[in-house]
Amino acid sequence: MLYREAGQFKTNYSADQAIFPILQDRIFLAVVLIFAFVVVPLIANDYWLQAILIPFLVYALAALGLNILTGYAGQISLGTGGFMAVGAYASYKLATSFPEMNIIVVLLTSGLFSAAVGIFFGIPSLRIKGFYLAVATLAAQFFLIWLFNKVGWFYNYNPSGTIDAPPRELFGILITGAAAKPWVKYLAALSMLTVFGLVTKNLVRSAVGRSWMAIRDMDIAAEIIGINPLGTKLLAFAISSFVCGVAGAEMLFLHLGSVETLAFDINLSFLVLFMIIIGGLGSVMGSVVGAAFMVLMPIGLTNFLVGWLGMQATSAKHLEFMVFGGLIIFFLIVEPNGLARLWQIAKEKLRLWPFPH
Amino acid sequence: MDTLYAFFVAPFLDIADSPVFFIEVVIGGLSAGVMYSLVALGFVLIFKASGVFNFAQGVLALFAALTLVGFMDWGIPAPIAVLMTAAVMVVLAYAIERLVLRHLVNQEQIILFMSTLGLAYFLEGLGDTLWGSNVKRLDLGIPEASFEIQGVLLNQFELVAAASAATMVAVLAVFFHRTRVGRALRAVADDHQAALSVGIPLKSIWVVVWSVAGLVALVAGIMWGTKSGVQFSLSLIALKALPVLILGGFTSVPGAIVGGLIIGVGEKVAEVYWGPVLGGAIENWFAYVLALGFLLVRPQGLFGEKIIERV
Repeated sequence: MLYREAGQFKTNYSADQAIFPILQDRIFLAVVLIFAFVVVPLIANDYWLQAILIPFLVYALAALGLNILTGYAGQISLGTGGFMAVGAYASYKLATSFPEMNIIVVLLTSGLFSAAVGIFFGIPSLRIKGFYLAVATLAAQFFLIWLFNKVGWFYNYNPSGTIDAPPRELFGILITGAAAKPWVKYLAALSMLTVFGLVTKNLVRSAVGRSWMAIRDMDIAAEIIGINPLGTKLLAFAISSFVCGVAGAEMLFLHLGSVETLAFDINLSFLVLFMIIIGGLGSVMGSVVGAAFMVLMPIGLTNFLVGWLGMQATSAKHLEFMVFGGLIIFFLIVEPNGLARLWQIAKEKLRLWPFPH
Repeated sequence: MDTLYAFFVAPFLDIADSPVFFIEVVIGGLSAGVMYSLVALGFVLIFKASGVFNFAQGVLALFAALTLVGFMDWGIPAPIAVLMTAAVMVVLAYAIERLVLRHLVNQEQIILFMSTLGLAYFLEGLGDTLWGSNVKRLDLGIPEASFEIQGVLLNQFELVAAASAATMVAVLAVFFHRTRVGRALRAVADDHQAALSVGIPLKSIWVVVWSVAGLVALVAGIMWGTKSGVQFSLSLIALKALPVLILGGFTSVPGAIVGGLIIGVGEKVAEVYWGPVLGGAIENWFAYVLALGFLLVRPQGLFGEKIIERV
């Protein structure tokens, strides 16, 4: 009833090819975007923006990047943290070496560096696949973090070894650095996520996206029908690392403001992988929902255990690990296809509601 | 030119200069390699029999060591404490099968992998909640004195570790090839459905596999715990065992042993002779790069089954 496509006729080709062909989807998206762009900055306080919403947007972008590689092209990667680190350090070097450069250009260019590194570490995917590849991408993770720790040039020989986001303006408004207002950073991160989300949504229904999915479903069969595995896999690595690199740069400029390599260690790779599995492999919306879930759950757990049950912070930390692990297993058992699948089921229910027969 | 010299010539001159030191480095690498093998062995057992890439193996070792130390702190004598811990590991294996794996039959491999990651978090939290998270000493009375043979320094503990690894492999080989349960395990590893159709109960087989992996983890936990104390970082040895796995092949027990030794030696030699040129601390990633370079030549690892794909 609420979600019924009946009666929505397409009368020209462009309507047939639209990203969101169903009216209800368009309305839903518009409402969500208006809420996120207008209502949230007005009502959210600084704590919510800085501790929850900005990290959520940054992680959602990283999850989107990994979902391109793992969800659509089927190549498992545990090197996300390393690729994000490339983005963060490249953006830092660009911003400090060329202070005049527009911040948007800095972010996108650092993505290009990350894409180049991604292509390099994606080369083994031509020979190996599955878990062998996953372990191989760990090489990227450990090597890149070691490199950024060892070579002083990457952090401008700063004695503390950290990199700090320099203050930069966009359209005359301070957007990065410690003095920038949280809501400005929030809107910047949100705009990036929206743009990348729409681009990805479009990309995965193009010829490129279809060839990724063919490679994912069975690479030999895909090769036989004329898809070039070399180009397709490396393109997936490139675009995925590009998005992850931009997310890493955002992590520096919009979220943390000052990072060291510890922020990009193996746990970050696992966290982003959890996001796309819990959210849904091969789904743009799943990346966002998964990121929201994985950002909110630990904060909610800590608040519940320490704030409500009055536990001590250290024992709560241990219990939090247990609950976190238990919840992940629970979600995998209940819905292995992720939260995005629940949304699909809900839509199908809404199609018939309130007359299910 | 100097860099090239330092990279390609100087290390070999160093080796030629003092062969005894080189042998000591290699032996140090071998003993580290045995430790990696112990963890990798647990991975291989589970992967072979159930196709689950068990990331929790390192945490299992930590949990076993924590439990053992906990029992010994209660004043239980060491042999009985070891037996009790073994019993705990078997119960744990049963619980994992009953609560996690049974519900995830027929899911994709990545889902199973992620569930073991969740399991790793859970066990880590459980171990810390039950036994506390401070560093503990584990002392089972394994001799640790050093002695010299022909000018090469050796440690008794390393010999004990190597001997126990060798014993374990021998016992596992006998178990897999000579016992009824072992044959059933190999059948399941070959083909789940065929094994089911000749009447092998899959569920109890999985409990057995996870129990065996738990016992292997106990041995690994004892060795690592004695060497460097029982602490959280023990669970990170899983990350060290991964390059061993891809080098040796996911499905091969001898591969886990040989791969562990290669990685251990390669890592130590690279750190000692090439580390200073590259800026040190290369142990963290060298194993991965070594394994990766190897994979490009042999995608299935050293002893893995040849990957044959059909459409």
